Amino acid sequence: MIYGSTHIYGDNIDTDRIIAGKYTKTLDISSLATHVMEDLDPSFHKKFVKGDIIVAGDNFGCGSSREQAPMALKAVGVSCVISKFFARIFFRNAINIGLPVLEIPGHDIQEGDVLEIYFEQGKVFNKTKSKTYNATQLSGVMMNIVKEGGLVNYLKKYKTYQI
Amino acid sequence: MGLTITEKILSKHAGREVKAGELCIVSVDGCMATDTTAPLAIKSFKEMGGVSLHDKNKFHLIIDHAAPAPNERIANLHQLMREFADEQGANLFDIGSGICHQVMVDNRKVKPGDVFIGADSHTPTCGALNAFACGVGSTDLAAIMLTGKIWLKVPHTIKVKLNGTLPMNISGKDLALFVCKHLTISGATYQAVEYDGSAVQQLNLSQRMALCNMSAELGAKTGLVNPIGLKLPYSFSPVFADEKATYSKIIDLNVGNLKPQLAIPDSPDDVHEVMQFNGTKITYAFLGSCTNGRLDDLKTAAKILKGKHIAKGVRLVIAPASRQVLMDALADGTIQTLIAAGGTIINSGCGPCVGTHEGVPGDGEVVISSANRNFKGRMGNPNAKIYLGSPETVAMSALYGCITAP
Ligand code: SF4
Repeated sequence: MIYGSTHIYGDNIDTDRIIAGKYTKTLDISSLATHVMEDLDPSFHKKFVKGDIIVAGDNFGCGSSREQAPMALKAVGVSCVISKFFARIFFRNAINIGLPVLEIPGHDIQEGDVLEIYFEQGKVFNKTKSKTYNATQLSGVMMNIVKEGGLVNYLKKYKTYQI
Repeated sequence: MGLTITEKILSKHAGREVKAGELCIVSVDGCMATDTTAPLAIKSFKEMGGVSLHDKNKFHLIIDHAAPAPNERIANLHQLMREFADEQGANLFDIGSGICHQVMVDNRKVKPGDVFIGADSHTPTCGALNAFACGVGSTDLAAIMLTGKIWLKVPHTIKVKLNGTLPMNISGKDLALFVCKHLTISGATYQAVEYDGSAVQQLNLSQRMALCNMSAELGAKTGLVNPIGLKLPYSFSPVFADEKATYSKIIDLNVGNLKPQLAIPDSPDDVHEVMQFNGTKITYAFLGSCTNGRLDDLKTAAKILKGKHIAKGVRLVIAPASRQVLMDALADGTIQTLIAAGGTIINSGCGPCVGTHEGVPGDGEVVISSANRNFKGRMGNPNAKIYLGSPETVAMSALYGCITAP
């Protein structure tokens, strides 16, 4: 179970604002954490506590294919990202690297709400509002990638894709 | 019931007929990674237990995003790519080769009917060649390096029909911006876009590439053009959509009277007529990128700037999309004209598009750019404002020192 407090962002948060292009050319993942959300929310590091949850509107992660975007979020300690729907490359990347992401169309989660997330079941309980949300179900392949903890482990085990 | 272009290409590569919404595993004809995405892909490939590439002839490494290396950190990543290419006998396109998408087309690494996957979001650019071209992240790419395959959900297709005779001053870029305005930045998320209509049939390959390129700005999985009118320097069998193909949406847009289009800060779908912003002072003009750094883009700008000089206080930075483009533009005098007009030619590659090097704007600067994204901080400085327009608009604005409709 994932448990944490939420930080709310709006629609169309692009990958440039999650991690700017100038910081992406590195294999030092901890350096990504330092600059995550820098241009979007300069106060991010002050208020963010490891394990917190990011909640956004439509189309979170649009823009570039940079896997450094979900990596930066994972590296800083984001436990889950919830969006009404995700940009497709970001969504695949997050699942591939083992960052939990859930699509909840039409959610009404607000800043500071405390959530209990049952990721594999796709259930989110909003403790602040005493309300349960159902996330859009992941496709079979994605679920199996999640179960293995990411695509690297999945392919280590299965050697090729299975549907 | 018929099939869309996407369904046809994916069916062929899945070994069975697949329709929108189905999951499938497809064989990949070609794939690539850049200096932004390759280092992570190589790392993931090794972590997956990868020893040798599934097919070294189908894998391409391109050093284009920060090339030549601006610092030792990036220099070391470039070294890592070179060493991996050497070790695997894979194709490496080193600094100066150009932007990955253009390099793939120049070198015929992507062909009609192919499934082509790139670890770069603008991979749909190659959809202009009647291929299913789709962007992924590094780990998905590593999986292709290892298995030669990718899993995909067959996307639904939105058909965008652009009808009418294109006005003289309207380019593929204006059409792309106009479509962004209509569909918005999330309007084609998880879907394919098929461009069709009489205006599209008039476009040459370069203009089709500009149009498909910005499918990424619609959130699309891929962008393809009806191959009617497509001319390539080799013979090919085009893949057409069936007449009875099913589309999630068909959008009809008349572009016969279209005026030059401009995306204003900070989103590529905040699109207006250039005219409405005539007179907005600029200090920096960028001509280049995978959207508009091709020979005809440079020629268009040269035609406007021939025998003239850009305005005082304006910098015009030009990045030809590839070495081939640069050589062609040198051969016909285009580069000489642009330099004489005050332009600064930089290395073939991404240049300042992604804010890593070669022309980061200063605080408070206003930029007119021929690239595809103007998100806050995109060019490396969140305190600069970026407007996006066609090469014509960029050249006219550089000439007058303010946004100017062609
Ligand atoms: S030119 Fe810009 S948009 Fe195109 S591949 Fe390079 S960085 Fe990406």
